[in-house]
Amino acid sequence: MKAKGGLLLAALGVLALPLSAVADAPSPTVLANTCFSCHGTDGKSAGAMPSLAGKSASEIAQRLREFRADERENTVMGRIAKGFSDAEIEALAAQLGSK
Amino acid sequence: MKKIDRRTFTKLAGAAGVAFSLPAGAGVALGKSPRVVVIGGGFGGATAAKYLRRFDAGIDVTLIEPSKAFVTCPFSNTVIGGLNTMARITHSYDGLRAHGVTIVHDRATGIDAAKKSVSLANGGDVGYDRLIVSPGIGFRWGAIEGYDAATSQTMAHAWQAGPQTVLLQQQLAAMPDGGVFIISPPVNPFRCPPGPGERISLVANYFKQHKPRAKILVLDPKEKFSKQGLFKEGWAALYGDMIEYRNASNDGTVVRVDAANMTLHTDFEQHKGDVINFIPPQQAGEIAQLAGLANDSGWCPVDQQTFESSMHPNIHVIGDASIASPMPKSGFSASNQAKAVAAAVANLLKGEAPGTPKFVNTCYSLVAPDYGISVAMVYDFADGKIVKVKGSGGLSPSGASAEFHKKEANFARGWYDSIAQDIWG
Repeated sequence: MKAKGGLLLAALGVLALPLSAVADAPSPTVLANTCFSCHGTDGKSAGAMPSLAGKSASEIAQRLREFRADERENTVMGRIAKGFSDAEIEALAAQLGSK
Repeated sequence: MKKIDRRTFTKLAGAAGVAFSLPAGAGVALGKSPRVVVIGGGFGGATAAKYLRRFDAGIDVTLIEPSKAFVTCPFSNTVIGGLNTMARITHSYDGLRAHGVTIVHDRATGIDAAKKSVSLANGGDVGYDRLIVSPGIGFRWGAIEGYDAATSQTMAHAWQAGPQTVLLQQQLAAMPDGGVFIISPPVNPFRCPPGPGERISLVANYFKQHKPRAKILVLDPKEKFSKQGLFKEGWAALYGDMIEYRNASNDGTVVRVDAANMTLHTDFEQHKGDVINFIPPQQAGEIAQLAGLANDSGWCPVDQQTFESSMHPNIHVIGDASIASPMPKSGFSASNQAKAVAAAVANLLKGEAPGTPKFVNTCYSLVAPDYGISVAMVYDFADGKIVKVKGSGGLSPSGASAEFHKKEANFARGWYDSIAQDIWG
């Protein structure tokens, strides 16, 4: 998984993080994949949902933290962001963010 | 073609002394592509097939699905309510082919867990190293007296999308103004808990525009239903007294169906409808029953980390058929489970640890074309089971503004476009 995962990330132009710092943490890929059901594969939205593709890692992480803290107006993202820890937000943002 | 159950299949295979066309090895042979077979091309199965190839393009992935195109249950209520055509909710498998998935349009009739092979209705079998089963739901025909597969041809369930969706839509279109539409949702657990509420809403929206004197009677064998507060708030605002809802305590439980007279019998009354939508009690899809993957509950017990069956090794059951509680039986859940299971299977085939899953579920419902509501939840895997992340998820706020509901309706459509692309695109 690691070698091929690395290749896949490289192919996407995404910098590979160490797969998981903590043994039990979900991998950045597994975390990021949860976003695609609304935001489209690799964050490319097919319709009215905002695309994540093209946004930087810091912008994605910042936005998620604001949603989680109810500091940014939203419909559903506040409820979803509250399900992710700081470490998970950093990991999935690094995975999704453009470089 | 005669249906082959697992026992017959095993006997046949034993008598032949060998497996049929594509023998499965005991494990992954050195230098040979690992082989994963997926049964079912819906939200769970199609996602698993695509994401297996994304995780590791060296995996040989075969998807077994009888239909040439998949019609989604999500958004089928918009077809029933006259807002969309069937084309809007029908998806071809060309996208999966482009990802290198081999599609076999056939029906799986049995699984030999010892030989690691799946038998097909048109003959032959397909071997696997790991099998992912995503069969959706089946119905407990006859569980309510008078309702079976034959009855459903005149009194639609429309809880598997396709011809049933069209049947119900056409019956509603032909119904006279002033007619009565009766809908009876099933007992828990069932596919798409907010689905009946959305169906009631979008039929009401259709009636409001085209048959304003029509009535809707809901006969529910439960005490309450998903997003009840939000739906009732929307119904009061939009549909006045068109909808009458009766729960179990108010004689809502249907005990007998008389399809010939379009009548539903409860304990104390009988209700005649011009159109009746009867949604029967459910269980895991047929192949799960045939292959011995379901337990006495009718659903499939699994290890909630990898979704590997508790009944048979090397077989993963995902989606509606699996016991993934506290996750609801939804297309979104199935697709999220499929991604985590694809990661686990790719890791396991390499002899690595499966990894820890993380899941999200969001279910949008349309109360009207410009009035959306939602429920969401985030799930961790902890102490051997799936758990809700405390403080996450929940319902749209009650008393929200029209602007909020309009946004959620737009996001409902946006969600559908994105998840369809994420799965079949």
